[in-house]
Amino acid sequence: MPIKATDDDPEKARRFREAALPYLDDAYTLARYLLRNADDAEDAVQECYLRAYRHFGSYRGPAMKPWLFAILRNVCRAEYARRATAPTSAIEDVAESAEQTPLWHETQETPEAQLQRRWDSDTIRRLVTALAEPFRETFVLREIQNLSYREIAEVAEVPVGTVMSRLARARAMLRSAWLAEEEQRK
Amino acid sequence: MTCDEAEVLLHALIDGELDAGHAHEVESHIAGCPRCAAALRDYREISKAIAEAGAGYAAPAALRQRIEAALPQPRQAPNRRAVLRGFAMGSAVSALAATGLVAIVLRHDDVERIQSEVVSAHLRSLQAGHLTDVVSTDQHTVKPWFNGKLDVSPPVIDLTAQGFTLIGGRLDYIDARAIGAVVYRRRQHVINLFVSQTSSTERRPAKIDTIQGFNIRHWSDRGLNYWAVSDLAKDELADFGERFESAIRATG
Repeated sequence: MPIKATDDDPEKARRFREAALPYLDDAYTLARYLLRNADDAEDAVQECYLRAYRHFGSYRGPAMKPWLFAILRNVCRAEYARRATAPTSAIEDVAESAEQTPLWHETQETPEAQLQRRWDSDTIRRLVTALAEPFRETFVLREIQNLSYREIAEVAEVPVGTVMSRLARARAMLRSAWLAEEEQRK
Repeated sequence: MTCDEAEVLLHALIDGELDAGHAHEVESHIAGCPRCAAALRDYREISKAIAEAGAGYAAPAALRQRIEAALPQPRQAPNRRAVLRGFAMGSAVSALAATGLVAIVLRHDDVERIQSEVVSAHLRSLQAGHLTDVVSTDQHTVKPWFNGKLDVSPPVIDLTAQGFTLIGGRLDYIDARAIGAVVYRRRQHVINLFVSQTSSTERRPAKIDTIQGFNIRHWSDRGLNYWAVSDLAKDELADFGERFESAIRATG
């Protein structure tokens, strides 16, 4: 059944389209990384846009992208909660176990162990997707969405200091994963 | 600075979030610490690799369509009765043609055809995203935008103080020719003002017609033909035209 936005003001709809639709790819990207599932990401982004449209009348800033992301993040968190209570499906089992079992060991990196190769986007996506929450979220907001620390703090509802420590942790984990991947492919 | 501190702060250095004083401290630590220097190099390498390879996802077209469909369509609620009147008139014309009165109809054909094209162009403009090519409430932005796109320069006049808000301009086609459209808004009503060149410099006083439920105020002045089209009431559209004409006269 199609969900309809309730407000029927065409001028508001036009302004909303112009302001929010350019970020559809970005929103979908964030949802893909947060939910690690294409179908759920689509549903979350659709719900996010409808919620954003309903609240658009009172939107006074910040920038549109972090504002949308904050809404999207709440939608995704509701989805986590649903998953936590729903009987787990096979797909979720895989996602859960992936989170519990690290794909690499966080080794103390040495100066000799340096990145030797560049990966294609599929490999990068896989490595980023394997990061544990909430490091994945912070990393994606910074490295893929180019948000500032302050914007990330607003979206994730944490202090800037937390953003910094999560990002440090996320990058360290990704670097280890990267090195492990190189090791494997030698 | 210790390695523990540097490990967190070097990220702020990479991301350009560090003030000059702290940036200097981190840099001096790195200069003397191969381990932190290697980490910094790798993190920069990772950022660069992600930026180059791209790690985003494109939203599926179906998702975009579903969202579009869920939002109210940005057009005037198409007046169903007006559309029906349009059909009724069309069939009346066909009926006339069928009874051999074609000649009489043809005499008005040109005027009517252009007027109905003007209405079609107005309707098209109300579809999603077609209203304006240049969006601006500033006449000094809209007017130059037309330069080089048309053989005439449509006058762009700010009538905001008179209750008609300038919202932009658009290139349109009437009678198979490019024509300028200056777009105004009054409350929820859109007014398209189509402007084209005419060979006659004679001033032709305004005439208001109604086609398919839309009012058209047509006039000519100083070598330009004007059609103002809107679903506004006749008296309000007449008011718009008069204010526009007197503003033009005031500019000399």
